[in-house]
Amino acid sequence: MEDLVQSQKNKLLSSNVRFPIYLDYQSTTPIDPIVLEEMIPYFSTKYGNPHSKSHVFGWEAEDAVENARDQVAKLIGANPKEIVFTSGATESNNLAIKGLAKFYGDKKNHIITLATEHKCVLDALRHLEQEGFSVTYLGVEKNGLVNLEELEKSITDKTLLISIMAVNNEIGVIQPLEAIGALCRKHDVFFHSDIAQAFGKIPIDVNKCNIDLASISAHKIYGPKGVGALYVRRKPRVRILPLFNGGGQERGMRSGTLSPALVAGFGKAAEIAASRMQEDLDHVKKLFDYFYKKITDNLTEVFLNGDLNARYLGNINLSFAYAEGESIILAIKDLAVSSGSACTSSSLEPSYVLRALGVDVELAHTSIRFGFGRFTTMEEVDFAADLVISKIGFLRELSPLWEMVQEGIDLKSINWAAH
Amino acid sequence: MTYHNNIIDHYENPRNVGSMDKLDPNVGTGLVGAPACGDVVKLQIKVENGVIVEAKFKTFGCGSAIASSSLVTEWIKGKNIEEASAIKNQEIAKYLALPPVKLHCSMLAEDAIKAAIADYKEKQSK
Repeated sequence: MEDLVQSQKNKLLSSNVRFPIYLDYQSTTPIDPIVLEEMIPYFSTKYGNPHSKSHVFGWEAEDAVENARDQVAKLIGANPKEIVFTSGATESNNLAIKGLAKFYGDKKNHIITLATEHKCVLDALRHLEQEGFSVTYLGVEKNGLVNLEELEKSITDKTLLISIMAVNNEIGVIQPLEAIGALCRKHDVFFHSDIAQAFGKIPIDVNKCNIDLASISAHKIYGPKGVGALYVRRKPRVRILPLFNGGGQERGMRSGTLSPALVAGFGKAAEIAASRMQEDLDHVKKLFDYFYKKITDNLTEVFLNGDLNARYLGNINLSFAYAEGESIILAIKDLAVSSGSACTSSSLEPSYVLRALGVDVELAHTSIRFGFGRFTTMEEVDFAADLVISKIGFLRELSPLWEMVQEGIDLKSINWAAH
Repeated sequence: MTYHNNIIDHYENPRNVGSMDKLDPNVGTGLVGAPACGDVVKLQIKVENGVIVEAKFKTFGCGSAIASSSLVTEWIKGKNIEEASAIKNQEIAKYLALPPVKLHCSMLAEDAIKAAIADYKEKQSK
């Protein structure tokens, strides 16, 4: 097995595949060369301020920004006037949640979200709690999806906002946005969705889903880092207070000079994503199916985290029982992946998302997130699968837990000393 | 996180991986840690005339935990029980240049030695 893996690696190296192989597309994506090309003039000759109205430098920069606004809006069925450019999804999430809360907070002060939301949504909400808001952090089903009945039951006459993401960054599950949006309309509650992992990857229509606010990031769709957008519905109008004050750019919701280069790149990335969404989806499905089958055909006790069907297939989060996550990452260092357990971020706590799914803490420690994207090849995925199979075998041979389970010992029967 | 070469060396080529017969009266077994905490070390020693003649380990845990256990199996082999019990986690951490967040791995390895010796002594006293 080791030899096979090595010869595969040599083959990939000889065809100029770069190592480690990048399989962390949820964290960020490589910039598309076409996008980069679009950006370059705005770093050099077209250096105008898009908010300068008195000369051609400003006008050409403004054209670039407005063109990008159209491209981003089109992808979610929005009006360009509903797109506010920001520095990324973290800012958009903060602007949406805090901005709405500050505008309407004296009337309604209850917000509902999921325990599996992105850290920046949860953190923004914690912050609002300190300011007197009450927040419901709903649990999810074992497959990572929201329970719509529970969601509806948790709505009160004080509920201002429901914030639920489209695609989960850790486990890839797709929440039922249309049904959530319908609930929000029915109960006259605003609907914010962090669609950073979904935008440009799966079809999303803000009107069909009744979304009032949606957070978007460029670098998840082969665009540049440092730029994103917030969709803010105009009909019926959704009001938010800005996070900071200034020149009143972006309809007063986000002051500060935009970066035409970043915004133009973002627009181009959105345009490309729109034109090849199905192709991209078919591609990751092919990779997912191949990888998942090969891994589960060759290894026992491997568990997929998150629903198999309601899922963006560029994400495959697996628990490899009895092999610890951080040691897996070290063992498969030819692959750039992320640990489902947050051990690598030195907190030593297993992922709160997996815990919210009810994954045993023992199993949560063994999880790895593989992310496939537009530039991932079948050869890379094939190599990745063989490497994982070989190294999980090695780590399980090294694992006292694996040995005990083979001997028929129930690990739960042992009185472990927590440390 | 970047790892010191000594960790990589022990992680990629772990020494003395394996198991001995835990029912053998000359074998002491230490099992420390907890799956829920993300690391478990099983360390076994075989003692003849008060000297550790064989040491084997298996570890579920991060690279630092695996390297710490591998390292101590090398260190304790050939030592008598008293010498082995005197090994301190600080020495392990220093040799592997463990970062602060990984110090518990060296403590686990020290605990594993002590647990294996305690198990051996208990068997002998019966």
